[in-house]
Amino acid sequence: MSSDLQDQDYTDQLEHEDELWNPGHRACAGCGPALAMKYITEAAGENTIVANATGCMEVISTPYPESSWGTSYIHNIFENAASVAAGVEAAYQAFDRRDPDHLDVQDEDDVNIIAIGGDGATADIGFRALSGMMERGHDVLYIMYDNEAYMNTGVQRSSQTPFGAETTTSPAGKESIGNDTNKKDMASIAADHGVPYVATASISNPHDFKQKVEKALEIDGPKFLHVYAPCPVGWGFDSAKTVELAEMAVKTGLFPVFEMEDGEITSVNKIRDREPIDEWLEPQGRFKHLFKDEEKGEAAIEELQEWIDKRAEDLGLDA
Amino acid sequence: MAQADQQNPSDEQEVMKGTSAVAKGVMAADPDVVSAYPITPQTGVVEKLSELVADGDLDSEFIKVDSEFNAASTCIGASAAGARAFSATSSQGLKLMSEPLFTAAGMRLPIVMAVANRSLSAPLSIWADHTDAFAERDGGMLQFHAEDVQEAIDHVLLGFRVAEQVNLPALSNFDGFILTHVQEPANIPDEEEVSEFLPPRDPEYTLDPSDPKTMGAYARPEHWTESRYEIQRAMMDAREVWADAVEEFRDVFGRDYTEYGGMLDTYYADDADHIVVAMGSIAGTIRNVVDAYREDGEKVGMVRPRVFRPFPAPELRDALADAESVAVLTKEMSPGYESAFAGEIKGALYHAESQPPIKSYVLGMAGRDVKPEDIAEIVEDAKTATPQMGFKESESWPQLRPELLEGGDDL
Ligand SMILES: Cc1ncc(C[n+]2csc(CCOP(=O)(O)OP(=O)(O)O)c2C)c(N)n1
Ligand code: SF4
Repeated sequence: MSSDLQDQDYTDQLEHEDELWNPGHRACAGCGPALAMKYITEAAGENTIVANATGCMEVISTPYPESSWGTSYIHNIFENAASVAAGVEAAYQAFDRRDPDHLDVQDEDDVNIIAIGGDGATADIGFRALSGMMERGHDVLYIMYDNEAYMNTGVQRSSQTPFGAETTTSPAGKESIGNDTNKKDMASIAADHGVPYVATASISNPHDFKQKVEKALEIDGPKFLHVYAPCPVGWGFDSAKTVELAEMAVKTGLFPVFEMEDGEITSVNKIRDREPIDEWLEPQGRFKHLFKDEEKGEAAIEELQEWIDKRAEDLGLDA
Repeated sequence: MAQADQQNPSDEQEVMKGTSAVAKGVMAADPDVVSAYPITPQTGVVEKLSELVADGDLDSEFIKVDSEFNAASTCIGASAAGARAFSATSSQGLKLMSEPLFTAAGMRLPIVMAVANRSLSAPLSIWADHTDAFAERDGGMLQFHAEDVQEAIDHVLLGFRVAEQVNLPALSNFDGFILTHVQEPANIPDEEEVSEFLPPRDPEYTLDPSDPKTMGAYARPEHWTESRYEIQRAMMDAREVWADAVEEFRDVFGRDYTEYGGMLDTYYADDADHIVVAMGSIAGTIRNVVDAYREDGEKVGMVRPRVFRPFPAPELRDALADAESVAVLTKEMSPGYESAFAGEIKGALYHAESQPPIKSYVLGMAGRDVKPEDIAEIVEDAKTATPQMGFKESESWPQLRPELLEGGDDL
């Protein structure tokens, strides 16, 4: 297929030299993670090196010879963003100590080294790399953007997929209610590594998220952020409603927003009158089976609600 | 074999364990970052490097990684940032590194690694063979094989020099136990001597945030082939870069690896009627067998590829052209076909004018001892080789123990 539109050169119009996350990337309309990338770069500024895992954000942002990244950026493979970032950090420690003039680099202390991975890249296949990076104490901020499944390969379940959600590897069926596990608590796992700063955030509150990125970058050592970022394609909802769904996940308590410093919870975004989880489930295609089979569906929704209530209690989420 | 130039007054030799000697050679290369994980028989290298860092003798960032996978991955990050990065491993560890290592080649990062060669599971075995190195053959890493500890040290230094010029990672192979655990005299160059030969790394592209770059973009069909072709071109360029490097190495250190542009090391091969080809430490035993034949007036010789990637095809054509028989001794096997090493040598001779009959011998696997008499028997057997052999006759497993095999009595 060829058209006048395709033959035209739009590169002039696409130049946004001052931006660190540039338009022209291939994310779907209403992509939550793409918003997270924008906020991360805005908060971190230009003196930043990003190590990104394979996944949607990598694929949509760097089709050779184009790149959306105005910061220094490296992608290597799916499961090692934490280690690549750790290696960059170690190199900068060495330069700083051994031969500050050897490369044209700024003071290591001023450089933000940020690893970014999806929930699959982080909580599943890249778990070893993440654990090692945090345990060794590298001065790296790791950000897991959570769209609750492997989207790049076509919506397969991850350990962040919520209970009851249908994905291509957790289909609903006569013998299946969809995904049969609850979200793995990555914030606590990170905190248990002795990481000085751990926080969760949602793209529905960019101000809060960016503040947390800035705060994390001020702290020496490993930091872990879990940012909630809905995917209209994988979840099956109207792409105009990304921010709304992210906000609802927070309001229902499915995604609690809090901070942990030196292993202790230091702030919780309290919720007054948590919304019941059905309100959030209903507009999403991945949960539609829960509303078809009343008996099984209700039981599943109840089970998910119980899990949310228990976490809310543990965290002191209710205002 | 490392022919130490006795005239060189600075050629002081120390006796120490192979792994320690290699670690001290690495120290002389002064890497910015070292990241490695223990595995037998390589462990001594990572232990010694840790010790050198702990004692303040080596000023590197030593990353105490959780696995070989992340040893390679952290080296990739460090190398992309512009650092000189080193790692070391064996066998299962090399397998675990395989995925990131291929990308180190694709992203043109000159990480150098010492590989203490060992068989791959299963069955589990910790002893030497070349299965691990061959399994990484197609990744785009330079590969060298050392015959003795001195070469294992020197190949690491040469490796950095060449890898950083052609922007490819390098695996410097040395046989597990046979070279890692031996106490051998070797000259360990100091940092000052090495700095003359190996200047600090000066990469063209890094992750320096003051000049932002995107590294590791994904390529669509219209670009991927070219990136692979560039690796091939860099490999071919490496031949000349290596040749220059071994010459300069001789001038600085007095050890001469310049034969065949540094690609091959030969022993009485010039006029030999019967040639044994092998890589690594087994060459020492082969030399004794060649000596015995020569004493009896029989023209037997040896050809040992020092460099395995880039493959020394033109040199092998030249070195093997006039032989009546060629016996390839190899510690690996590609099940379903034949020894990969023998297959490559045959391939190298396919268009050659003169094609000696080649027979391959799979032996010495997982540390099985190869004695001089085994090699002499092989030479005798190879003499019977004819240009037109059946496929079955072209390969033999001379050390096979039929009594351990089901139906073995009929073999
Ligand atoms: C070792 C390995 N296994 C599998 C894949 C295929 N793969 C690429 S991206 C991906 C899923 C990514 O999921 P996630 O990290 O959640 O990020 P998302 O795509 O949702 O942004 C998978 C399975 C791969 N590239 N490498
Ligand atoms: S599939 Fe989802 S996460 Fe991936 S680019 Fe599209 S909207 Fe974003």
